[in-house]
Amino acid sequence: MTVGFWLPLAILLSSLLPGILIFFLDESKHRLRTILNLGGASLKLVLIGLLIWGVFNEIEYETRLTLAPGMDLVLHADALSVLFVTLSTGLWFVTTLYAIGYLEDAPHRSRFFGFFSLCVSATIGIAMAGNMLTFLFFYELLTLSTYPLVVHRGTPEALRGGRIYLTYTIIGGAALLAGVAWLRAVAGPLDFTETGILASRTDLDRTTLTAIFALLIGGLGVKAALVPLHGWLPQAMIAPAPVSALLHAVAVVKAGAFGIVRVVYDVYGVEFTAELNLLLPLAVIASITIVYGSVRALFQDELKKRLAYSTVSQVSYIALGTAILGPIASIGGIVHLVHQGLMKITLFFCAGNYAETLGIHHISEMRGVGHRMPWTTLAFTLGALGMIGVPPMAGFISKWYLGRGALTAEMDWVLWVLVASSLLNAAYFLPIVYKAWFHRQEGEWPQERHFGRFETHWMLLLPPVITGILALLVGLFAAAPYSALEWARLIAFREYGQ
Amino acid sequence: MSQMAALVLMPLFGAFIAFVLPRYARITGITVAFIQLGLALSLATTIYAGETLRLSAAGWDPPLGIGLYADGLTALFLCLTSVVGLGTSLHAIGYFKFDRNDSNHNTSAHGWWPLWLALWAALNALFLTEDAFNLYVTLELIGLAAVALVALEAHAVAAATRYLLVGLLGSMFYLLGVGLLYALHGTVDMKALSAGMQPEPAAWMAMALMTAGLLLKTALFPLHFWLPPAHANAPAPVSAILSALVVKAAFYALLRLWLGPFEPLAADLAGQLIGILGAAAIIWGSVQAFMAPRLKLVVAYSTVAQIGYLFLWFPLAGSSIAGSIAWYGVVWLALSHGLAKAGLFLAAGNILHASGHDRVTDLAGVGQHLPITLFAVGIACASIMGLPPSGGFVGKWLLLNAAFVSGQWWWAVVMLLGGIMAAAYSFRVLLHAFRNKESQLPQHRPHPVMEWSALALAVCAVLLGILSAQPLALLEVGASVGELALTEAPK
Repeated sequence: MTVGFWLPLAILLSSLLPGILIFFLDESKHRLRTILNLGGASLKLVLIGLLIWGVFNEIEYETRLTLAPGMDLVLHADALSVLFVTLSTGLWFVTTLYAIGYLEDAPHRSRFFGFFSLCVSATIGIAMAGNMLTFLFFYELLTLSTYPLVVHRGTPEALRGGRIYLTYTIIGGAALLAGVAWLRAVAGPLDFTETGILASRTDLDRTTLTAIFALLIGGLGVKAALVPLHGWLPQAMIAPAPVSALLHAVAVVKAGAFGIVRVVYDVYGVEFTAELNLLLPLAVIASITIVYGSVRALFQDELKKRLAYSTVSQVSYIALGTAILGPIASIGGIVHLVHQGLMKITLFFCAGNYAETLGIHHISEMRGVGHRMPWTTLAFTLGALGMIGVPPMAGFISKWYLGRGALTAEMDWVLWVLVASSLLNAAYFLPIVYKAWFHRQEGEWPQERHFGRFETHWMLLLPPVITGILALLVGLFAAAPYSALEWARLIAFREYGQ
Repeated sequence: MSQMAALVLMPLFGAFIAFVLPRYARITGITVAFIQLGLALSLATTIYAGETLRLSAAGWDPPLGIGLYADGLTALFLCLTSVVGLGTSLHAIGYFKFDRNDSNHNTSAHGWWPLWLALWAALNALFLTEDAFNLYVTLELIGLAAVALVALEAHAVAAATRYLLVGLLGSMFYLLGVGLLYALHGTVDMKALSAGMQPEPAAWMAMALMTAGLLLKTALFPLHFWLPPAHANAPAPVSAILSALVVKAAFYALLRLWLGPFEPLAADLAGQLIGILGAAAIIWGSVQAFMAPRLKLVVAYSTVAQIGYLFLWFPLAGSSIAGSIAWYGVVWLALSHGLAKAGLFLAAGNILHASGHDRVTDLAGVGQHLPITLFAVGIACASIMGLPPSGGFVGKWLLLNAAFVSGQWWWAVVMLLGGIMAAAYSFRVLLHAFRNKESQLPQHRPHPVMEWSALALAVCAVLLGILSAQPLALLEVGASVGELALTEAPK
């Protein structure tokens, strides 16, 4: 039992244990709950720092718990896990801060933060899962722990959104379970391996493998909101703002996208997937999703709905990058995992701030909001510009690599998808930014609250500013060592065995 | 060794004291429950070391005397019984206390302790016996005690009567079969029977009769009609015991017989037929659970559906590798269903207790007033749906693997469909319970021990998924299907 064994487990427990403790805390123990929350989040950050240091120094991290003979729960840390774990942990920290401010006087806070920590633990588990069984384990745990967050308010709309969310994810989970169990039965226990495992297995029937692939991607596609499995995402919007932020940036949709990356790269192997003629269909579905999501976003007046459809579109860049053969597009896809997370969480924080401070829920009410809340609107603008892909923002980097990768793979049509999507992004984000800064306020704000010195509560203001600046920095310093892009490059070249 | 005898005699003695000294009934019951847990665990540790145990009562060896036998399977069912038994006994402290102060309630707490302890003794005797006739005796004792327990609730007398008749009918079929076997082989000792069994019409007849009798007692579709009214109307601790243990006892007897004396007789066709009934039970039970108007009825129909899963072992048992995986999966499902369902029934009892009704559509406010109970419902449902990390997941995972390994993928489809339907009826309840309601506090707050015992049992169902390595190793001791061997990755 060494550090290599304990560290992944400790990272998982650093949010799981505080979460369980919080469940049993009395509602009034505000201070203790905050200490537990932030303590866990800080500890996790420190542990992740240790992990990154260790991975650089080539320490093998693996926690293996045997449930039954041939049934292992494996937590490990390869380059891809580290990327996702770092993203989740960082964003969890800021979201916790935001949530504490957001829910200041709301009821059922112990329940909320309990499930919130559980949800993050599930995401961490997904990130570090070392085989499909472990992945499935945490994937389902994620479904369970997010549901109470979605319906947290207990209103009829929240319950309706929750019901739709559940219907989609439970059925998706069943498809995934079928795929994983089938694969397990024909191929034995499979640990995730860079460059994939199935390529060398000539004993397996190709048709069976194709069917399993369809089941796996179908199951994962629900959470990744691939069209036509995306229906739940705009409905789940009803959740409180910090939940939406986490849901859209790291937890749920990303878990699906991350799963697709894992299946293609580390189970099937990207070259083998191409050999089975499965990459092109995936690329087509991802492209349809990208365009469809953007078109739908264009017609939403409710701010959070527009952001939700934008997520549908943006997350599919990850699937698209995975589905284009060649390391360059892979870099684009993988790095977008981080970039989209930073940008989208900023946008959702801002949407929450507008709603909490001024009662603004619709874009038509946003005229002149930039003068009333300059910092929030600045963060929003950074996020929006990033989404459009304006250089040197983060989104530009992703799109640049995706485009170059598509050209290398001789899939020129992908370029048109990217162009169309960027134009649509601009068409639905720029009017908001324009309204906020250049229009004058008309009449009263729907429901204004004052918070003293700052434009809003400091705990609500700080998170979007931090993540907005980060979204700018990861783009500006993309070429620097240790950046997300460098890390993605490392992953991509390893996946191609180069 | 002596634990085996004590496991049967201790509750019997407790029942006697509780009957003659009702004043000390409660303290006797709780003491016995704790001692039982200790005994079951110590027996499990002994067996875990690798040896099965045999004991001949009063020194007479079979076929003359009564033989007791314990292997990993026995130990796990004894542990299940003692854990559920302890949880339910604790719950009963609060449940029956409340009833006594309420003149509107005719439930008699005096009946509960002696009957329950007698039932417990009979259950343990059933798990330990190695003799087809004693199996009959214990089944009959269990049936009678269970009927009397259901009838503790005044309005459940009709359901109890039907339960009694069905139980007697089932026992009669079973006894006929045992008679035939005795006529054929001159013994009822299962080990001797297994050794001498020949495929011949009379033996098949015996197998059919005994299986039919046990299917009736296990409430396999379409013989389940008696279960929902009995389980839904009994007092909550009784419902918990019925669904978690009593039904499982009949299934345990089936497992023992089909892997023992009937193994040479088992035909593929019979297995497939039972499997189809199991699949029908899953679908039908889930649909009924989804439409049931009352919470306890939902839970009872869910038992019908979950019982169906257990019978998917029969069609898979034919092939050797898949059969052994399926056997482990089915035992796991039975254990985790026992824990989860007991927790669920106790929680349902708390809700009924607090609000005076358990109409599913009027559950709003439960989340506000009984958070611990609702938490228990949620966790128990997660195990019943087979979501990780729970015992239900491990069981279903093994069973799914077995279905794919044997190439009979259609059973996998049924299992997955059953999981989705279980989610549908569980979340129907949870959705209503999650709704907020502007209202006063409930009329009767359940005693904390009632809430915590429900939660503890539900948590145990989850622990069975996380800490499954040792119990699975225990199950391998003396298992006639061999060790659990999932397919390995070819090198």
